[in-house]
Amino acid sequence: MSRSQSGLLVSVNTEADPINKTDVVSEEKLTLEVFRYHPEKDSEPYFQTYEVPFREDWVVLDALNWLKDNEDGTLTYRWSCCMGVCGSCGMMVNGTPKLTCAAFLRDYHPEPIRVEPLENFPVERDLVVDMDSFMEKLQSIKPWILRKDSEEKPLSEGEYKQSPAELATYKQFSMCINCMLCYAACPVAGLEPEFVGPAAIALGMRYNLDSRDQGYEERQEIIASHEAIWQCTFVGECTTVCPKNVDPAGAIQQAKVASTIDWYKSWLMPWGQK
Amino acid sequence: MAKSNEPIVWSLFSAGGVVAAFVVPIHVVMLGIALPLGWIALDYQSLVTLVQNPLSKVYLFVLISLVLFHWAHRFRFTLVDLGLKKLEMLISIVCYVSAVVGTGYSAYALWTM
Amino acid sequence: MSKPYLRPIPFTWWNKNNAYRIFMLREISSVFVALFVLELLCFVLVASKSPENFDKYVEALKSPGWIVFHVVVLGFSLLHSITWFNLTPKVLVVRKGEEKLPDALIAGAHYLAWIVVSIVIWMII
Repeated sequence: MSRSQSGLLVSVNTEADPINKTDVVSEEKLTLEVFRYHPEKDSEPYFQTYEVPFREDWVVLDALNWLKDNEDGTLTYRWSCCMGVCGSCGMMVNGTPKLTCAAFLRDYHPEPIRVEPLENFPVERDLVVDMDSFMEKLQSIKPWILRKDSEEKPLSEGEYKQSPAELATYKQFSMCINCMLCYAACPVAGLEPEFVGPAAIALGMRYNLDSRDQGYEERQEIIASHEAIWQCTFVGECTTVCPKNVDPAGAIQQAKVASTIDWYKSWLMPWGQK
Repeated sequence: MAKSNEPIVWSLFSAGGVVAAFVVPIHVVMLGIALPLGWIALDYQSLVTLVQNPLSKVYLFVLISLVLFHWAHRFRFTLVDLGLKKLEMLISIVCYVSAVVGTGYSAYALWTM
Repeated sequence: MSKPYLRPIPFTWWNKNNAYRIFMLREISSVFVALFVLELLCFVLVASKSPENFDKYVEALKSPGWIVFHVVVLGFSLLHSITWFNLTPKVLVVRKGEEKLPDALIAGAHYLAWIVVSIVIWMII
């Protein structure tokens, strides 16, 4: 046994390569079936099969990067931090939405791995999806602190304070990294293109539950609409695939309860309306 | 997008779901398995006494009505998610009206029993 | 040039993985639960009319067809109850300061109530 360039133990053939005068190193391999689509020349997508080195510590993103560097420079995909905080590298790995920087090859080896773009989004090229609809949905729920102008206090009175308990009510919903895995996992997001979706609604709840925010009513116009919480059938897969434990399904159900209570209040106690 | 009126049917769906979750399994065991297999000693007279009690009638009415609304809401979404989105309005009307009819019929039947 | 490709969603999308399959079964359970409560109404109305009706009804219930039906209905109603109670912690969030009540406690309380209610109903009848 000897160490390869990357420092990993690899098995070594005892027959040296006489021409290049090196030891021939044999490495384990893994098969990747990668979704390819070129809008300028393809009318349909197809799968291309590659062999990548299998390394114990590699993730799918490492394999894609190796492919792009060594086999096919045209392979197109999004990635950035490699550590599960930027939300860029989401793809379907064997049919499950995953961050490719968090999907270890060793969990699939020796079976082949199928890599596809995130489900329920149009494909731009190869593994890149069109995320415009997602960005619009996020914006639609007004993801910023909304204050009623008449109640603003002057700067001289200091900042708006928030206790740890008040922070705790919305903190979980603030952890979203906009990776869109939840939209890929949600059947409704695929069946109903106008569905506002798990991440956007969870983000709306993040602000609704923030003690400094006064925008609940304004956001309700979107959140309590048919295209938002009421299209959700609580499949729950969004929460299952979320890499940051945001629990968007929980956010949506809590929004349903809150909206229902509001609705009954508005009919039974209309004098309470602002 | 304006605020929807879904809450009315969703609250009925939820109530139906809660009631169904708590009491339907035991009723299935009792009616479908325990009674025919003789595990419970229910005879004609005790059944009549039990069901003629107004409380029983109210209980049955609430159970049946809420479960029908639970079914109506869930079934509507199931059909829509199976590709019948274009017929959503029609499906919704058929489902909820069926639940209303079922509710009305059980009220009448239990009252006049 | 941009020519985004839209992957079609098949009618059998619900068969794609276990989670979707169980979800679809859970939704279908509502049909069986509704059928059962209608049957319960029918039993109450018909079997309480006369002793002959009662005996005929109980006899019919003993047939293999009806037993199988009720076992299937029981399966679906249990699926409904279990999935319903397991989802309650997502809806009922009870906070004490920075902490919230654990999920197992919320769901567990429902399971306990379920057992109590079932026993009470059994005792009444």
